[in-house]
Amino acid sequence: MAWNSRRTSVAIGGAVVALIFAYLIWGGIGNNLVYFLTPGELLAKGSSVYGTSVRLGGIVEPGTVHWDAERHELRFRLQDDAKHTVEVLSTGVPPQMFTEGIGAVVEGVWTPDGVFHCHNLMIKHSNEYKAPAAGTQPAEYYRQLFRKQQS
Amino acid sequence: MNGVIGHAATLLALLIAGCGAAAAFAGGWSGNERYVAWARRAGFAVCALVALAFLTMEHALVTHDFSVSYVAQVGSRATPVFYTVISLWSALEGSILLWALVLSVYTAVLVRWSKRHAEPGGDPQLAYALGTLLCVNVFFLLLISWPANPFRALSPVPPDGPGPNALLQNSPFMGVHPPLLYTGYVGMSVPFALAVGALLAGRLSPDWTRVIRRWTMVPWTFLSLGIVAGAWWSYEVLGWGGYWAWDPVENASFMPWLTATAFLHSVMVQERRGMLKTWTITLIVSTFLLTVLGTFLTRSGVLASVHAFTQSPIGPFFLTFLALVLLGSLTLLAWRSDVLRSEGRFDAALSRETAFMVNNLLFAAFAFVVLLGTMFPLIAEATRGVKVSVGGPYFSQMTVPIALLLVFLAGVGPALPWRKGSLELLRGKFRWPTVGALVAGAVLAVAGVRAPLAWLTFVLAVFSAGLLVVEFVAPTVARRASTQESWGSALWRVCASNRRRFGGYVVHAGILVIAVGVAGSATFRREQEWYMVRGAVEPFGRYQVGFDSVWAAHESNRDGVIAATTIYVGGSVLTRLNPRLNYYKSAIEPIGTPAVRENLGEDLYLVLMAYTADGSHAMIKAIASPLVGWIWLGGGIVGLGALFALWPGAGKATPRRDAVAGPVRARARPAREARV
Repeated sequence: MAWNSRRTSVAIGGAVVALIFAYLIWGGIGNNLVYFLTPGELLAKGSSVYGTSVRLGGIVEPGTVHWDAERHELRFRLQDDAKHTVEVLSTGVPPQMFTEGIGAVVEGVWTPDGVFHCHNLMIKHSNEYKAPAAGTQPAEYYRQLFRKQQS
Repeated sequence: MNGVIGHAATLLALLIAGCGAAAAFAGGWSGNERYVAWARRAGFAVCALVALAFLTMEHALVTHDFSVSYVAQVGSRATPVFYTVISLWSALEGSILLWALVLSVYTAVLVRWSKRHAEPGGDPQLAYALGTLLCVNVFFLLLISWPANPFRALSPVPPDGPGPNALLQNSPFMGVHPPLLYTGYVGMSVPFALAVGALLAGRLSPDWTRVIRRWTMVPWTFLSLGIVAGAWWSYEVLGWGGYWAWDPVENASFMPWLTATAFLHSVMVQERRGMLKTWTITLIVSTFLLTVLGTFLTRSGVLASVHAFTQSPIGPFFLTFLALVLLGSLTLLAWRSDVLRSEGRFDAALSRETAFMVNNLLFAAFAFVVLLGTMFPLIAEATRGVKVSVGGPYFSQMTVPIALLLVFLAGVGPALPWRKGSLELLRGKFRWPTVGALVAGAVLAVAGVRAPLAWLTFVLAVFSAGLLVVEFVAPTVARRASTQESWGSALWRVCASNRRRFGGYVVHAGILVIAVGVAGSATFRREQEWYMVRGAVEPFGRYQVGFDSVWAAHESNRDGVIAATTIYVGGSVLTRLNPRLNYYKSAIEPIGTPAVRENLGEDLYLVLMAYTADGSHAMIKAIASPLVGWIWLGGGIVGLGALFALWPGAGKATPRRDAVAGPVRARARPAREARV
C-alpha cells in the first residue's frame, strides 16, 4: 500500500512539473517565433504584425539604395515577385556582396511608421557553391559598391 | 578506375554486411558459434572494404581524377593538398563515406574486443549486438552504394573542378572538427547495438551494463571534443565573434550529447543499485535515434542551416530507417520489460541517487527543449502552413536555468553519498565551498559584475569547483595521514585508485570552466565597427585600434585582401592583427578570416568587413569577448578527464576490482565518511 501511494504521489508530482515545463516551453516558443514573409504578405497582414519578429525575403529594388557612411545606416526597398515593396532601414555594414537587384533576407520588425527595422541583413545565395560565370570578377562587386557609397 | 574500385568495394561491403548480420542473428538465435565466427569475419571484411573505398576516394582526390563524380564536385587542381585530403568530407556523399568508415572501424574494434570477451559456450547478446551493428552498416553502405554514391562515373571528364565549399577550405579546423564529431556521433551506434543485443537475448547483466558504459564513454569523449572544436571553428572562421547559434546542425550534435551524458550518469545508479534500468536503456536508444534524426534533419535539406548540404534524395531513406529503429526499439523495450525490472529503490531524498535522478531529468528536459525548438519549424509548416523559425532567445531562456542547475549539481552530486546522506557529513563538506562561493560573490559584486545570470553562474561554478576540490583533498589528506607520502604522490595514488571516479570529477571541472566561459562571453561581449581612413586610430574599451594599410595577396586557391592593424593599450603596442577577406573560385562572395588575439582574460577579435579599391579606407569591426578562451580550455580539461578515466591500463583492472568491491564499498563509505 505504502508503495502504491508513494508511486501515486511521485506520478502526480511528475505530472505537475511536466505541465509547468510544457507551459514554459509553449510560451517560450510562442514569444520567439520568427515568421518568414514576403513584402506582399507583410503588407497584407498590416498592423497585426507590428513588433513581431519577421524574416522578410525579396529583391533589393534597383535605385533605392542609400548608404549613410557616417551613421552606418543603409536604406533600401525590398521587392517581391508581385512588385510589392517595403522600405527597410538597416544599421551596420551590409555584407560584402550587398548590391542592387540581389536577393536579400532581412530580419527585424515592422513598425507603424511603415519602415522595416532590420537588425540582420543576409544575402540570399544558393546553398550550392557554384563557380561564378565566366568573366565575372567576384571581388569587383564589392569594390564597386564601396566606390558608389563614397561618392 | 578509381570509381570502379570504390563502387565495387562499397557494393561488396554492403553484401557482406548483410550476410554477416544474418549470420550473427542466426548465431545468436541458434547458439551456433560457427555462425557467429562468420559474422565476425564479415565485420573485419566490411571494415577492410570500406577502408579501401575511402582510400580510393582519397587517391582520386589527390590525383585529381575528375572522372569520379565526387572529385568533380569538390576537387580542384588549385586546392592545397591538405584541403584536398579533407575535402573528402566537405559535401554530402563524402561525409556519408566518412561516416561508413568510422562505423566499420567501430564494428571491427567491437569484433576484436568480442573475441577476447565472449563467454565460453556462446554469447547471444554479443551475437545480436554484432548483428545490429552490421545492420546499421548495411543502411549507410546502402546510401553510398545508391542514392548518395560518390563514385559515379562522369563522361565527358571535366578538366578541373570548383574545389570544396569555400567556407570549408578556409580553416584547418575543418580537418579536426568533422572527424572528431563523426567519431563521437557514429560511435553511439555501438552502445545502441549492445543494448539491443541485451534486450534480444533477454538478459542485462551488471557486466554487460559496464560494457555498454565503456563503449559510450569513448564516443562521448569524441563527441564532446568535436562539439567544442566545432564551436571554436565557428568562432575562428565565421567572423561573427560567436561560437554557438542554436543552428539545427549544432543542435543535432548537441542533443545526443545531452542524452548520452544523462545515460553515463543513470548507468551508475543502475550499476550500483540495479535501478532505473528501463530509463537507462531508453536513454541509449534515444541517443542513437537522435543521431539518426540529426543526420536526417541536416543531410536531407528539410531544415535550412549553414551546415546543410544541397537538397538530396536521401531524405526518405533516413525517414524509413528512423521509423524502423524507433518502432523496433519501442517494441523491444515493451517486450523485454521483465529484464529491466528494478532491483532497488530510493532510500532517502538526500542521496547521490537523488542527485542522479534530478540530473537525468534536467538533461532530458534540456534535450527536449532543444529538440522541440529544432523541430518546431517543421511542425508549424506541416500543421499551420506557416514558415517560421525559432529565435535564439527561446533556447537561451529555456536552457540557461537548466544549465545553471546542472552547474550546481556538478559539485553537489559527487559530494552526496550513496543511499543516505547525513546533514553533519554535508555540513563538513559544504563549509569551505560555501565560504568560497560567498567570498567570490562579494568580490564579483564589488568588482562591478552587475549581470545577475553571469554573477550567479560564476558563484555556482566556484561553489561546485570547491566541492570537487574537497572530493580530491579529503581522501588525499586521509591517505597522507596513514602513509606519510608527499602531497603529490598521495593525490596521484588517490586518483589512480579510482580513475573512473576522479576522471569524472575532472570532466565536471572542465564543464564548470566551459560554463564560466559561456556566461562571460555571452554577457560581457562588446562590439563596435568603424569606417577608417589609413592611419586612423579608434578607441575601443581599453584598446586603441589603428588601421595601417590594406594589401592584396595571391595564393594558389584564393586571393586575399589583408588589412594591417596595430592594437595599442595605453600608448604602447600590444599586438598587430591582420584580418582578411578571401576570394575563392568556388564562392561568389568573399569569406572572411578574422584575426584574434587570444587571451584567457579577454579575446580581441577583428574582422575586415570591407575596403576601398585604392586601399585608403577600410571598414573594421572589433569584438571583445571576455573569457571565451575558457570554453576551449574547458573542452581540453573534459578531454583529459575522460582520457584519465578511460586509460586502458586502468580499464582492465579497475572495473573488475570495482565489480567486487563496489557494493561493499557502497555500504561502507557512508559510515566512514560520517566520521570525518
